[in-house]
Amino acid sequence: MHNFKENAIKYFFMANGMLSIIILLGIFYLLLSRSLPALQNVGLTNFFAPGYWNPTAYTTPQYSILNLIKGTFMVGAGSLIFAVPLGVACATYLAEVAGAREREVLKPIIEILAGIPSVVLGFFGLVVVAPVIAELFGLNSGINALNGSILVGIMALPTIVSLAEDAISAVPQSYRHASLALGATKWQTILRITLPAALSGIIAASMLGMGRAVGETMTVLMATGNALAKPSSFFDSVRTLSANIAIEMGEVPVGSVHYHSLFFVGFVLFMITFIINLLADVIFQRYREEI
Amino acid sequence: MYSGRGNTGRGKFFLPFLFVVVALLLAVSVPVGCGQGTGTSADAAKQGKSTAAATIQIRGSDSEVNLVQRLAELFMEDHPGVQIAVTGGGSGTGIAALIDGTIDIANSSRPMKEEEINQARRNGIEPVPVRFAVDGVAVIVNESNPVETLSVAEIGAIFRGDITNWREVGGEDSPIGIYGRQSNSGTYVFFMETVLQGDYTPQMRNMGGNADIVEAVTTDKTGIGYVAIGYVTDGGSVRPGIKPVKVSRNPGETSYTPIELENITSGKYPITRPLYQFLNGRPEGAVKDFIMFELSDRGQKIVLEQGFYPITDEDRKFNENSLK
Repeated sequence: MHNFKENAIKYFFMANGMLSIIILLGIFYLLLSRSLPALQNVGLTNFFAPGYWNPTAYTTPQYSILNLIKGTFMVGAGSLIFAVPLGVACATYLAEVAGAREREVLKPIIEILAGIPSVVLGFFGLVVVAPVIAELFGLNSGINALNGSILVGIMALPTIVSLAEDAISAVPQSYRHASLALGATKWQTILRITLPAALSGIIAASMLGMGRAVGETMTVLMATGNALAKPSSFFDSVRTLSANIAIEMGEVPVGSVHYHSLFFVGFVLFMITFIINLLADVIFQRYREEI
Repeated sequence: MYSGRGNTGRGKFFLPFLFVVVALLLAVSVPVGCGQGTGTSADAAKQGKSTAAATIQIRGSDSEVNLVQRLAELFMEDHPGVQIAVTGGGSGTGIAALIDGTIDIANSSRPMKEEEINQARRNGIEPVPVRFAVDGVAVIVNESNPVETLSVAEIGAIFRGDITNWREVGGEDSPIGIYGRQSNSGTYVFFMETVLQGDYTPQMRNMGGNADIVEAVTTDKTGIGYVAIGYVTDGGSVRPGIKPVKVSRNPGETSYTPIELENITSGKYPITRPLYQFLNGRPEGAVKDFIMFELSDRGQKIVLEQGFYPITDEDRKFNENSLK
């Protein structure tokens, strides 16, 4: 009886584990099968042809997603420029400098940051951050890629901080002792020994943060202006893949070419985040072996 | 709580835990399993028409959402049994929901397209249009912008991207910051078809709603945008920070402001449009009462109070025709 119960519980949890894999495959299949009609009607090359996304055009519809991909990467990379230095510095402080009590207070507060609804952050970006950006850089409008990058950076921060902190804490204590014994200061130890030793973990944390940033929708939708033109700098308005789906999915007639094209956009977005997360995982595994 | 620490105790702890996990899984899978779940509330509303209690689901146009919400509030005061839920999302979103049968009334600031009507009919839904207010789509610029008047052709050229500097239309030497709506907006479609008669420039920022455009033009000194007239004024006067330009039908002709009733009813202001609601079949019960309330003198007075304009005789004839 007891064994039976143990086994039942074991298989139940195994089934739960399998479920997430089945869901992942299911989403992959759904996106691919729903985007096939678009590939037949529009053609793969037209999705990557020069031009811009405009399926509801007055004259001829266009389906180029190049500008959307560029916008997505700009916001994703831009957010890392903010979030990585800030996040790693914060993680280093938590892992190496802060006392136990400080850590107990700071960690939950940083995790609360992850709980801010993205629509609230987007509104904050639209009415608070955008005017500040416009003022600082002498622009007419601060509704641009930079605004989106800052806000998404804030969203990616908790992911980066907690994973980077884990990586730094996992560096064996003997490394630090050896360094200190050789006469290095605490600062030198952190900068030359601990951080380099945790580097692959920090990179993995950053990439997972980027995966989060690339898929973020609502904040970007509200803060970046969603213009369809090719962005040439961070001061230009951009539209990301995820924002594009959110904007158009609600109104599109089910079964139309436009509808299936949005599934293709979703498929591309899925592949991008999948590859980023996979790379992060590979780096993370390697880092585990190193330690 | 910690009385049983042995194996049997743990077993007792695990069983309730399993129930919680199973319950959570079910809670997640059920809404996913039946995406049409929302349809039932609209169906229930239809069946509930014989009784006093009824729920009316309204979705769509961002331009109309505040107005319809106000109308619904006042209607519910007089009809305590009726619940009306009004949400925005854009005309296209409302029409899509009507086609899917998940709502009772779709707010739309544009007529339904032929293919949308056909699609609704294939789903067994017969869209019936009602015009309940008139809108003068205002072209707004920043308060500090010296440009006072524009012709329809100039506005079209700006939004198509053919004119990119304020100097070309009598303003200062500075680039034009263009703010428009997203493709799910009825105003976006209406403006594209009647004013641009071409494609929007890809440089245009696509904002989520009328309020976002007002906000953006308030902060951008070089900005231009288009919004429903109800978003230009607040309690009878123009909102601070923005300025609706006077619009002439052709270059050189007299231009008119959209904030005067006379300019709209006489048709002198060139960019006016009726605001629609689409019903599923001829209205009955609570939906009919609500529509009649909107079209009544009291309803039309509220329309005016909310910054929009009352329907014309032509619109009344249109309504009689479609409700008959």
